[in-house]
Amino acid sequence: MKKTQVQTTINSRPVEFLCEPRQSLLEVLRDNRGLTGTKEGCNDGNCGACTVEMDGRIVPSCLVLGVEAEGAQIVTIEGIAVGSGLHEIQKAFLEGAALQCGVCTPGFIVATKALLQQNPNPTEHEIRFWLANNLCRCTGYDKIVRSVQAAACRLREEVSV
Amino acid sequence: MSTTIDSMQTKTSRNGGFANGVRPPAAYEPNIVLATRAYDVVGTRPVRHDGADKVTGRALYGADKQIAGLLHGFVLRSPYAHAKIVSIDTSKAEELDGVFAVVTAADLPPARDKIVDVGEGDTRLAYVHGNVLASGKTLYKGHAVAAVAASSVHVAEQAAKLIDVEYEPLGSSMTAPQAMSADAPLLHDDLKTVEYGRQTDKASNVAQHFQWKIGNSDEGFAKADVVVERAFDTATVHQGYIEPHNATALWNNDGRVHIWTSTQGAFVVRDVTATILEIPVSQIKVTPMEIGGGFGGKIPVYLEPAAALLSKKTGRPVKLVMSRADVLEGTGPTPGSHVSVKIGAAKDGKITAMESVLAYEAGAYPGSFVAPGGMCIFAAYACENISVDCYDVVVNKPSSAAYRAPGATQAAFAAEQVIDEIAGKLGIDPIEFRMQNAAKEGVRRVDGPKFRRIGCFEVLEAMKNHPHYSAPLEGPNRGRGVAMGFWFNVGLESSCTLNVNSDGTVNLIEGSTDIGGTRTSIAMQAAEVLGISAEDINPQVVDTDSVGYTSVTGGSRTTFATGWAAHDAAQKIVGEMKCRAAQLLEADAAAVTHEKGVYSAGGKSVAFREIAAKSSRTGGPISASATVKPRGVGGSYAGNIVDVEVDPETGKVDILRFTAVQDVGKAVHPSYVEGQMQGGSAQGIGWALNEEYFMGADGGMQNNTLLDYRMPTSLDLPMIDTCIVEVANPGHPYGVRGVGEANIVPPPAAIANAIQNAVGRRLQRLPMNPPAVWHAIANGN
Repeated sequence: MKKTQVQTTINSRPVEFLCEPRQSLLEVLRDNRGLTGTKEGCNDGNCGACTVEMDGRIVPSCLVLGVEAEGAQIVTIEGIAVGSGLHEIQKAFLEGAALQCGVCTPGFIVATKALLQQNPNPTEHEIRFWLANNLCRCTGYDKIVRSVQAAACRLREEVSV
Repeated sequence: MSTTIDSMQTKTSRNGGFANGVRPPAAYEPNIVLATRAYDVVGTRPVRHDGADKVTGRALYGADKQIAGLLHGFVLRSPYAHAKIVSIDTSKAEELDGVFAVVTAADLPPARDKIVDVGEGDTRLAYVHGNVLASGKTLYKGHAVAAVAASSVHVAEQAAKLIDVEYEPLGSSMTAPQAMSADAPLLHDDLKTVEYGRQTDKASNVAQHFQWKIGNSDEGFAKADVVVERAFDTATVHQGYIEPHNATALWNNDGRVHIWTSTQGAFVVRDVTATILEIPVSQIKVTPMEIGGGFGGKIPVYLEPAAALLSKKTGRPVKLVMSRADVLEGTGPTPGSHVSVKIGAAKDGKITAMESVLAYEAGAYPGSFVAPGGMCIFAAYACENISVDCYDVVVNKPSSAAYRAPGATQAAFAAEQVIDEIAGKLGIDPIEFRMQNAAKEGVRRVDGPKFRRIGCFEVLEAMKNHPHYSAPLEGPNRGRGVAMGFWFNVGLESSCTLNVNSDGTVNLIEGSTDIGGTRTSIAMQAAEVLGISAEDINPQVVDTDSVGYTSVTGGSRTTFATGWAAHDAAQKIVGEMKCRAAQLLEADAAAVTHEKGVYSAGGKSVAFREIAAKSSRTGGPISASATVKPRGVGGSYAGNIVDVEVDPETGKVDILRFTAVQDVGKAVHPSYVEGQMQGGSAQGIGWALNEEYFMGADGGMQNNTLLDYRMPTSLDLPMIDTCIVEVANPGHPYGVRGVGEANIVPPPAAIANAIQNAVGRRLQRLPMNPPAVWHAIANGN
């Protein structure tokens, strides 16, 4: 199948790639770009494991075509950590034992970052509502919700310092 | 899952003391410690060793495997629930540009008549073989028929559609009662019922019928003042791990096969694949990649033999990854069940007799975990007269796999409701009634073993004393329910190697797939012995060439058994360290004592770190290995207290408050123990309220997406309170029992009891979804 050239920005770096029109952004990220942190759980937009940020909105990358990335700003799990350290959300997830198998974790962290950007002090219900797009089968969500609360708390402190 | 959000909002968190902001983030309930001592490392909450990899996306799961020259595969699956394969023509698929090879069952060596160990038990090779690639017949919709390797997954999928399979559809049986009827179509012509342990010549879909008995239940019922008998059904549900199955195989030019896969047991994959392909186990190396959930469903071998065959045919590495529909239609699930329970009790509250008949749907091949269901069903009770009958029945659904305490949840859904009803009839508090009849050390389980030290009574006591149980619950259509569950846990085999580094850290090599933090819980047990910190251990899960045999991550055994191997290896290191310290301290090795990483003799001492740094001067590298096959397995009891609110207009049930109590023996890493309890509870809640295989008239699953196969979202659940009970298992160095499974057992029964308490209706079928509950309210049943 004939390939299309796409120019986009992934994790703040300009990127150019060739992809088939039928390839999803998820496939392109994983297979063409080697960014395998974004996971496939269902390939039909129902599990949230492939959540990435695209032009400031979170999207399931399995429902976006690779060619739609043209001109977009994309942030994946690989773009969350700051330098060689970890983002406060990542730290909170580790300290709060918010992951077991870890395969849903990249999607949860990308979604959480977007939540806390627009709502730095979410209630438990707001967290649960926002993260309802992301399925976790291991944790029962309790420790995820608490870790999001902990991360929100720390990020607010960072801002106020 | 956007369509599900609207109906759920605002219901989850507003009651039961869980309002937003009331609870600080990271507040933990105090644990109940009964018999274990305090340790320096065991019982603390370090950050897991694989944590950074898993929050940055660097951890490599099976589907992330990339190798030069990699081909991508696709599995063609049966569109019929039961059909004869008349012919398969792969020529058109093979001609498609970009296709490298196609395999069918004809490419597999014929299955010899032998028994194979498939991880948590044995089965006939023919069944495993037949499930990998169908031969002669397909037995369920989704049964693998052929596999293609091509330049991309899209080409492989396109090619699979060009494979011309001629089917002759056959009549099918979708439920155990259907399959057990006299005129039911037979799935296996050569399947003859084994009855009471004897092979009969009765051709049937009933693979096995067996019975366990203690005392005489007729005499027991004669002494009863109250007898309750009810029948219960549970729907087929799936383990629902988020990561689909995958396998990458390279059949190397020297004849050795390397498989990278997502599995609960790399050695099981190695051994089963070797058996199917008829090559020696030493010719296969299995590298367990990170695993995205398993819950028992990633014990069976599905893709690996086909991937290996495709690689052999093409001379290139081949990766197979299932779609979500493949996962739902071709793997797992847990059996649907039909369980009747009859229990009698005297006025004083003593249970006098218990009887149950359990029929479980094994799916396409025998092996439904009905036996564990029968072993666990009355395991919380001391009763002198028990009778349990079990039927293992094949039906035209996917071959069932283990799912977290396999078989026990279905059994508890039945037994714990009848217990509840009897307690009500006797006017005794349901927890008191259970405490009065609780199984204790010395009581015999129906299948034979006598309990050693168990924590059944202590779990019930913790439930009774929990603030949740005495908290007021007001308002219409609200109710509270309790239930107990049991899982016996398993030991099996584990290996561990420790290598001391010159900087005083230790590399720990083990073979247990880490699904939920077990690298850390295993490392902590070694650290405790060595007197160093958990962070000073570097645990690695390695391939089957690089560590001694290790059984599956299953049966709640990993922290228990592989942790024990780590403990034993660490004891050997301590022994060696004493010899090395003796040299450094110029003392006799027998005189050296060890305490918390410090080795002393004659008033002088030397630390672990210094001995490690000087190891090359005292005899070279310090290393030790240990293997275990533990016998001291300790069963685990779990109990729930749950508050629900039923919407009488829609039948929808909301969980207002949920408390999970479990005896884990010793919580090595309490955060991950709580996580297991919460995760098992959430799965139990999904099983109770939503999850179900909707089977169509064509015998196919109608809801094969995660939109329609409705697992709980964050918005469906409240916080799940945990109360860890620690009744030390005398059979383990740290008292560990294992925590992974018992927690899924009580939720459906506890929720059913809560619904009964709320609206006066006893739900006898799972799931208790809105239509079911609405009908029960409307029709009085």
